[in-house]
Amino acid sequence: MDYLSPVSVEEATTMLSQTPDARVFAGATDVIPQLRAGRPEPQALVDLKGIERLMALSQSDGSWTIGAAVPTVRLTESAELRAEFPGLVEAVGLIGSDQIQSRCSLGGNLCNASPAADSVPAMIVNGMRAVVASGSGTRTVPVADIVTGPGSTSLAQGEFVVEFELDRPPANTGDAYLRMTPRTEMDIAIVGASARLTLDDGVCTAATIALGAVAPTAVRVPDAEAALVGRPIDDEALAAVAAAASEACNPIDDKRGTIAYRRQVAGVLARRAVATAAERASGRETGEHRDGASQ
Amino acid sequence: MTVTEETTTSGPGYKWVGTRPIRPDGLDKVTGKARFGADLALPGMLEGAVLRSPHAHARIVSIDTRAAAAMPGVKAIVTGADFPDPAELGGRPDEEMVAANIIARDKVLYEGHVVAAVAATSRKQAQRAAAAIEVEYQPLEHVLTVDEAMADDAPLLHPDLKTRGMDPAPEEPSNIASRISHERGDLDKGFAEADLVVERTFTTKPVHQGYIEPHAAVADAGENGRATIWCSSQGHFAMRTMTATVLGWEPSKLKVIPAEIGGGFGGKTVIYLEPLAVALSAKSGRPVRLVMDRDEVFRASGPTSGTKIRVKVGVTNDGQLTAAEAWMAYEAGAYPGSPVGAGGMTILAPYDIPNFSVEGFDVVVNKPKVAAYRAPGAPMAAFALESVLDELAAGIGMDPVELRLRNAAVEGTQASYGPKFPRIGFVETLEAIRDHDHYRAPLGPNQGRGVASGFWFNAGMNSSATVHVNEDGTMTVVVGTPDIGGSRASMGLMAAEEMGIDVAKIQSIVADTETVGFNDVTGGSRVTLATGAAVVEACRSIKADLRARAAKTWDCDIEEVEWVDGQAQHAGGGETPLSLQALARKSGRTGGPISATASLNARGVGAAFSTQVCDVEVDPETGEVTILRFTTAQDAGTAIHPSYVEGQMQGGVVQGIGWALNEEYIHDRDGRMENPGFLDYRIPVASDLPMIDTVVVEVPNPAHPYGVRGVGEVGIVPPLAAVANAIAAATGCRLVDLPMSPPRVLAAITGKADG
Repeated sequence: MDYLSPVSVEEATTMLSQTPDARVFAGATDVIPQLRAGRPEPQALVDLKGIERLMALSQSDGSWTIGAAVPTVRLTESAELRAEFPGLVEAVGLIGSDQIQSRCSLGGNLCNASPAADSVPAMIVNGMRAVVASGSGTRTVPVADIVTGPGSTSLAQGEFVVEFELDRPPANTGDAYLRMTPRTEMDIAIVGASARLTLDDGVCTAATIALGAVAPTAVRVPDAEAALVGRPIDDEALAAVAAAASEACNPIDDKRGTIAYRRQVAGVLARRAVATAAERASGRETGEHRDGASQ
Repeated sequence: MTVTEETTTSGPGYKWVGTRPIRPDGLDKVTGKARFGADLALPGMLEGAVLRSPHAHARIVSIDTRAAAAMPGVKAIVTGADFPDPAELGGRPDEEMVAANIIARDKVLYEGHVVAAVAATSRKQAQRAAAAIEVEYQPLEHVLTVDEAMADDAPLLHPDLKTRGMDPAPEEPSNIASRISHERGDLDKGFAEADLVVERTFTTKPVHQGYIEPHAAVADAGENGRATIWCSSQGHFAMRTMTATVLGWEPSKLKVIPAEIGGGFGGKTVIYLEPLAVALSAKSGRPVRLVMDRDEVFRASGPTSGTKIRVKVGVTNDGQLTAAEAWMAYEAGAYPGSPVGAGGMTILAPYDIPNFSVEGFDVVVNKPKVAAYRAPGAPMAAFALESVLDELAAGIGMDPVELRLRNAAVEGTQASYGPKFPRIGFVETLEAIRDHDHYRAPLGPNQGRGVASGFWFNAGMNSSATVHVNEDGTMTVVVGTPDIGGSRASMGLMAAEEMGIDVAKIQSIVADTETVGFNDVTGGSRVTLATGAAVVEACRSIKADLRARAAKTWDCDIEEVEWVDGQAQHAGGGETPLSLQALARKSGRTGGPISATASLNARGVGAAFSTQVCDVEVDPETGEVTILRFTTAQDAGTAIHPSYVEGQMQGGVVQGIGWALNEEYIHDRDGRMENPGFLDYRIPVASDLPMIDTVVVEVPNPAHPYGVRGVGEVGIVPPLAAVANAIAAATGCRLVDLPMSPPRVLAAITGKADG
């Protein structure tokens, strides 16, 4: 197994075209445990952290650009990003440990294609786009279209994510992410729930809700979104969100949780995430927002 | 680097005992200099890998190592055929079982059972060669739980296993290795006297000790029929004995050098890799290192038993326990030897109950052979009993601590398992919790408080220690019990107290099997008691020797010489006192080097009791349990080094909380473990827990020179029930199956609402 370390996107795409059985990595926080657990070794591992563009974090008037290999600690330490997207920052702040977060990245968390990836529902509700490179140039794809199933993506052989685009939010918008894990940290979501709301004088004008760990990929919950738009965020609306989220689940029974448990808790967390997002959108956040489902 | 010594006042009348010097091994451990089991590298050393069974139960039809042996870098391969047949070792049946567990011969009995081991010039080559060994299996039906294993038509693990302890002895084999029982009084009469009787059935899953350091061993076999083993264990003498048994060697042909140990909790009192490493080294002529991966630790080293326990207890309206009945079945894993005996002896031990019956079964199942885990067998038993006591207290409207106080065993009580208790401190632990401000602190919505108590015997056993006086007036204390919990510091403190010198002048070391007299394992919470007693005895010999030398110097009678504050003083005051350093310097002229050894079998073990209170909050919509506050009161006899006593108390509680809430072995239908790693085998992380508050109760053990009782184990006994009782208080739901994970708790809450 070779270790390759390109310094430009072009060099990386060339390497990948010359070595079809190569695997890219950023933080390697999933790749190394998978290899240690006996997954077949690729011919080469390609380290993307040497490419400046993948390690860049920048903002302009209209949007943020987040390099695919930027360690997530740089996101959690960005006060500006946290102010605009507290839910996204909450989600990446729940991945692994401090040590892991100094290595892991949004690109890796997405392309590892785990149904339970914490950052993915948060990226989806914020409408993030992935810029994907290959030998024939780049294309821009909604994050929601990258993962196709557990461990599989829509990326073609030789393609990799260069960076993410994130539009700055309109006024009176808030997002939130909650997850259920039996432990407070160092754990994998049994259920994850993200919500983003825009309010106008107490009435919801836009809503996106996405769930993680309850289906083969992260899923949007259109029925819950429809139950919110055009209405105030009251108990009735929140109950409708919970019901729609439970209904949208397509979970499995496994060592981490049962179907019944995931359905029930998906509704609870979706409701709580919407409530928190609404508080943030209205500027009324109490500062008592909970990390994860626990108090 | 600056090291700040913690200092506090010492115990009653003591200068050093009861103080908190930093542990002598601490610096090397926090800087990474300390050498653990896997850290030793020898010139020419080979790396090993182990091939393990993928089946829970299968007959081995054939093993073909030819292709593997021909691979590059492969120097030796061993299979069961390279070891003496366990049945022909001439040892005891349990020794045969140890040998059979080390490497399979005709049958594999659990996923992870060793089938072969390889030594090669790199670990990767060894792993590839192990994977290339061709094994043909004939899979057999397996059993995973006591219910499956005890069923009439259950497939048998051992065709010759007949239940011991049955009258009449059974003629047919079964998976029940033995039956134990204790009885007293008249059970029917006792239950008839009760105003309230509660009966419940509880289950617990196998849980692992979870030590951070995986098993590791390096062996170097010489041409002279001898071998040296470096390994991390709780007792290198025991490793020597067991390894020699499996190899069919005389123990004295093996020298075992202890590495630092990264946690054991009972799980490193047994061998796994050592005989394989010696056999590979003997075959290859080179040193061989074997190190387990974490998944091997889970799949093949001992967890403790999964259990099923039925308990029935009766109480009068004024809080007198009248009768108790317990039926207990413990999984032994693949070979007999579950701690059901200890479970049966401990379950009622804290209480004076006139009528009782306890019946227990040791049951083999197709899982790894269980190993000792901190108060082996007692936590599951206490989970069952203390949960029922909680329900009884609520049922008669009595405070749960008060119910326990009314029935608590005291000095002179005939313990349920036989002997009369000497002075014990159970009542004092109950009073400490009852009087603690935690017990009266207000609770909020969805919050609940639970209490529970626990008992552990503690052990004495064999210890040896040698003490040398160095020429600079310092002392070296040589022991043979590995230091897991700070025992080098405790030995130093007791020696300093005896000798009247600064603890900083005492170096405590753990020596190998050829450098110090025989020692049993560091286990049973016995080291501070037993090795400590040996150190004290050796120091007393040294003091007598020093007084004799001073008397010789002063040409007076030894009775005129006293040892005070680290120096010899003439009773009449007519001579300038002789310090330890002065006596050491001229030892060559007063009789030679100053040294003493003490070897003993420790008697007068002081039993340990703990009472704990736990506050939880339960999220009624997710079933998540948050431990809000936890206080533990434990009788330590005398806390030699209070920080390490508190550490043991806290460690036991934390392991118990993990057991209560999330830890469990999860197996698929084929008997393969699904969660052999710390991601899905959920030990609590620091942010899951509050600081565990400790109350060190000191009721000195009259049989020990410093009043020591063992403190390492009893702390894990009460938490399972303390947490369950707190959840019951918070939710109104009595959970009887561990772990009380969020899905289980939510199902209980939802079930109650639906019902």
